[in-house]
Amino acid sequence: MSTKTDAEIKFELSCPAPLPVRDTILLGHGSGGKLSAELIRDVFLPAFQNPVLARLDDQAIVNVNGQRLAMTTDSFVVKPLFFPGGDIGSLAVHGTVNDLAMGGATPLFLSAAFIIEEGFSMEELRRVVNSLRAAAAKAGVHVVTGDTKVVEKGKGDGLFINTTGIGLVPEGVDLSADRARPGDKVILSGSIGDHGIAILAQREGLEFETQIESDSAALHTLVAAMLGVKGDIRCMRDPTRGGVSSTLNEIAERSQVGIELVESSLPIHEQVRGACELLGLDPLYVANEGKLIAIVAPEGVDAVLQAVRRHPLGAEAQIVGTVTKENRGLVTMRTPLGTTRVVDMLAGDQLPRIC
Amino acid sequence: MKYLDEYRDHRIARALAAEIVQSTTRPWVLMEICGGQTHTIMRYGLDELLPRGIELVHGPGCPVCVTPLETVDKAIALALRPDVILVSYGDMLRVPGSHSDLFRAKAQGADVRIAYSPTEAVKIARQNPDRKVVFLAIGFETTAPANAMAAWQAKREGLTNFSLLVSHVLVPPAIRALMVSRSNRVQGFIAPGHVCTVMGCKEYESLVRDFRVPIVVGGFEPVDILEAVLMLVRQLEAGEARLENQYVRSVSYQGNVPAQEIMAEVFEIADQKWRGIGPIPQSGLRLRKEYAAYDADLAFDLGEMTVDEPAECISAQVLQGLKKPTDCAAFGMRCTPENPLGAPMVSSEGACAAYYHYRRHAVAK
Repeated sequence: MSTKTDAEIKFELSCPAPLPVRDTILLGHGSGGKLSAELIRDVFLPAFQNPVLARLDDQAIVNVNGQRLAMTTDSFVVKPLFFPGGDIGSLAVHGTVNDLAMGGATPLFLSAAFIIEEGFSMEELRRVVNSLRAAAAKAGVHVVTGDTKVVEKGKGDGLFINTTGIGLVPEGVDLSADRARPGDKVILSGSIGDHGIAILAQREGLEFETQIESDSAALHTLVAAMLGVKGDIRCMRDPTRGGVSSTLNEIAERSQVGIELVESSLPIHEQVRGACELLGLDPLYVANEGKLIAIVAPEGVDAVLQAVRRHPLGAEAQIVGTVTKENRGLVTMRTPLGTTRVVDMLAGDQLPRIC
Repeated sequence: MKYLDEYRDHRIARALAAEIVQSTTRPWVLMEICGGQTHTIMRYGLDELLPRGIELVHGPGCPVCVTPLETVDKAIALALRPDVILVSYGDMLRVPGSHSDLFRAKAQGADVRIAYSPTEAVKIARQNPDRKVVFLAIGFETTAPANAMAAWQAKREGLTNFSLLVSHVLVPPAIRALMVSRSNRVQGFIAPGHVCTVMGCKEYESLVRDFRVPIVVGGFEPVDILEAVLMLVRQLEAGEARLENQYVRSVSYQGNVPAQEIMAEVFEIADQKWRGIGPIPQSGLRLRKEYAAYDADLAFDLGEMTVDEPAECISAQVLQGLKKPTDCAAFGMRCTPENPLGAPMVSSEGACAAYYHYRRHAVAK
């Protein structure tokens, strides 16, 4: 298959025009990446503007009669509903409990709202509700209110759940994404990418030698253990949608610092690495549901790391990077070759590559 | 992970980089053809390890980037028809057409689905006999056998609701076009390992002979690329021009013969337009007459879509290795992955996206 034409080809210099401003919601607006940030900045923040919301942390913290109340809400639209390591019911508890925990709050109460499509199996609904109940009991939170809506067949995708959570922030705890300072260390509580790859493998029918399980778990007891040791924890985040990269980019942006990761220190399970290689995905952008990132002042970092590692959910914890003065607003990574690259926030969802 | 970790080993990579430094006495301009290789170079910062005289320029081997605007527009038009399910490789969905992209079409209600393999599209056709399933069959020789297999399978099963919207490109004619261009600066090529896994090395013999240009078939990991650079530098320094194979663990001289056979059964060579570059004679594939029933261009009577692309961005020069993405005034400012002006900013294999994702800190400095 070759050609014999050696005559010079006239290259046409051509390139497409830019596309007009977005006028519809795209799937990428829900990806947790740049499109999501744009949506919040351009539509939601101007509408609801207030100082509590403006902090843009995973939870709102409001003062009520001298008590600091943490409040958060999250909607769950995961497909498939049941996956290795969890289901939409347990996830609806873990997701909201974790958003409270990242503010240092002790989670207390949850609401649960169900949007169910006509024709949905009663048996599956019972399984989901039982799992939600069990996860709440294990986390020590009570579901104290709820709501049910049924939509016509074809107007929903089986089952969506929304949970809202309320908790109390203990005195002296002040965690926020704008508190990172140069010299701080970045602790990651364990392996990354497990949840996203477990979901993808289940959805696409991909099989691996051993099953990859979601890491879905409630992190508030881990957080309590970390806050119990001496050490200045500046900020905590759970790297869910958009993965570790999006979370760190948000912190770098909010604190106006750089964050440098060390590639070789990132804990990634071999199975997840293999799946990512195969699918052309980067584990740094894959979702987690049972991991946290903590930015910790250098003085107490060892004590905090030890506390994390002593907890069953933090056995594989590592210090994965450092906060820097340089490259403000950017996350960079030192590769094993000694070179440095940018770890960007994605525009929308990660797309599998063609080849 | 076996077959990966040893090719990312920093000691081996550094040793190779040191050998390249020792072997280089003069400046050389080398081109890696494949976008996957560009991606590795940027991700690992391999160019930072090379001596200043070695310039790596990035070739046209990004399948998403060179797919013509017309094809994207056709795919969007088809996807918007209520009777059509359009199935595509994932990274085509964000590529801008004249006025829209497939993601936006999806938001408008089009049934657009992502597949990892074209045979999934055949399965979708089987499961949806009342819908017309179109697979957006793009890419280089790498994806051609699987795309051909989908058409072959559909024909064997007698499916009447399946077709391919074909835009296939071939590497050797593109190298030839680059070499005969007056503006060419490239003195040695790293040929794409995946393409050669299918086609073998043999196709590249005539290019080496006709243009006295060294070509090394290279892999995609850091050690692969550094070794391929070293092999090219040694040839150039010695005044030689030979075809060599660095990617021996995957590429043979003859290539994957059954894959070539299924390609030849379904496709024939045709003239092809490359986005950003223009038409190159005999540089693409189209469905043979026997497979006309599976040609979406014929099945839907899409007509000739002619689109004019304003010379707004410099992707043409980037895809020919004449300019670096950072030479563009729009880079990172008016052109970003969220609002791409050109396809190389979209795909993870595109040179502009690779620079944007991995290199902004260097640019900022």
